[in-house]
Amino acid sequence: MSAPLSIIVVETDRTRAQLIVDSLRQAGDFDIYIIAEVTGLARQIQARNPDIVLIDIENPSRDTMEELTLASGPLDRPVAMFVDRSDEGLSAAAIEAGVSAYIVDGLHSNRVKPILDAAIARFRMFQRMRTELAETKKALEERKVIDRAKGMLMRAKGIGEDEAYALLRKTAMDQGRRVADVAQALVTAAGLLA
Amino acid sequence: MRAVTVSVGFIPLVDAAPLIVAQEMGFAAEEGINLALKPAPSWSSLRDMLSFGQVEAAHMLSPIPVATALGLGGAGAKLSAVSVLSVNGNVIGVSNALAARLHDQGHDFGFNDAYKAGTALIGAAKGRLRIGVPFPFSMHAELLYYWLSALGLPAPQSVDIHTVPPPLMADAMEAGDIDAFCVGEPWGSQAVDTGVGQLLLPGSAIWSCAPEKVLAVRSDWAEQESALMGRLIRAVWRAGRWLGEPDSRMLTSELLSRPEYLDLPSDMLERALMGRLVIGPAGEERHVDGFVEFFKGAATFPWRSQAEWIGMQLATRMGLDQAMARNVAGGVFRSDIHCQALAGTTADLPGASSKVEGGLEAPMAVASEAGHLILGQNRFFDGRVFDPKGD
Repeated sequence: MSAPLSIIVVETDRTRAQLIVDSLRQAGDFDIYIIAEVTGLARQIQARNPDIVLIDIENPSRDTMEELTLASGPLDRPVAMFVDRSDEGLSAAAIEAGVSAYIVDGLHSNRVKPILDAAIARFRMFQRMRTELAETKKALEERKVIDRAKGMLMRAKGIGEDEAYALLRKTAMDQGRRVADVAQALVTAAGLLA
Repeated sequence: MRAVTVSVGFIPLVDAAPLIVAQEMGFAAEEGINLALKPAPSWSSLRDMLSFGQVEAAHMLSPIPVATALGLGGAGAKLSAVSVLSVNGNVIGVSNALAARLHDQGHDFGFNDAYKAGTALIGAAKGRLRIGVPFPFSMHAELLYYWLSALGLPAPQSVDIHTVPPPLMADAMEAGDIDAFCVGEPWGSQAVDTGVGQLLLPGSAIWSCAPEKVLAVRSDWAEQESALMGRLIRAVWRAGRWLGEPDSRMLTSELLSRPEYLDLPSDMLERALMGRLVIGPAGEERHVDGFVEFFKGAATFPWRSQAEWIGMQLATRMGLDQAMARNVAGGVFRSDIHCQALAGTTADLPGASSKVEGGLEAPMAVASEAGHLILGQNRFFDGRVFDPKGD
């Protein structure tokens, strides 16, 4: 029985880091360490000497990891990027899901696969959440602008809320634009004229 | 006719301009293509996005496709450089503490003499010099290694050149992890404006004709989509020609400053495009001719000799077989594809695919299709010459 693999997760967001750790624990018995502070990342990783490093593709510090792939001294353990040596399907899935894994040279792929599978599943979920959050934020902002535009029309023309919205919608349809865009134009114009 | 969409990855930098201009100024549309420009968070991610087909083409550090071909760093798919996007454009900056010591020693921050600036830098360093670069395989790293070794500071034995992603460069400097950096614009100007450091030298003072970024594609994509790639090369080449006009540069800084591209004030981006760099907190300005070139002197041409030079530098440092490295590297810069795409345009292409790198003190007319081609100055600060025919 070999010692449990040591994994470093580079993640600045504590909640996300915890979720990754939880799903890795379900996949097996690993020695997991989180790096939340990316200054001096290479030094921190070298000090821990892990078997595997997992890092979000969106993290600019990924470029620092590349340097570790070049370690060539006799005592250095070269780190290979996972996409180098796995089957293309799994690598592509990892890239797609937004996770990159650096794995110490010589580690057998069947020991790595369950870890990658767990990480990929978790990162996929993050990616969905990221998209959802961005969409929700946008929708909320648009709603706010539409409300302001409606208020302006109600005051300027002495009409009711439903009528004001109907006017925005009709204008948008006539011009082939979105209601939010027409509302934004109105708010911007009003701001300039004020 | 509906335009065909080509997805192109880029890093938000001033030298992504040819791709952004190709799309925004209609050069892509003229070729019946639409560039879906996707910003990438890091060079390694961009390289992987290209390798795994998430983008079809990418803005890339010129040494990356060469390194990939040599099996260095995440060796995914084979990549080809089909155009050079920009020549020069990097700056070397120092921490405020180091700048103060340089001033004390009487260095004039003339911003034009690599020998003087380098000697002063070595003299002012306390202990081992630690310098940040954006990526291990970058012209930034190559220029630093070349410069400091030529001045008697052999790297990596006597200097630490480390990868620090430019957005984290300020933190690294504040934390005392690095004394200096070599980065592309706008990162140098940003360091000045935020009071993190001061600029010491433009990259062009080390090598006046350094291929900085290339248009990279997967080699198999280049084979399968040769017609589409031809359209992409032409669109980007016309964007480069437009960028070469001095009048275009102000409009370009406005385009680049948009939120979807660099999202920074246009007056900061203008400095690199106009070659007027603000180097310190007192607003001292230095003028650099050819700070970044997109067209002049056949700047877009991917010379085999440029790739060979990069390959030789990497091989020397990484302990690879030099003849092999040179041969493999030479095949990465595809002047043949570039010429094929531009045949039938007004492009005046060089007759050769290789040239002597360095040793050209003044612009010189060379053999070309229409006979009007003038290559710009091409010199290494120490006067050395890289002759692809020699060994």
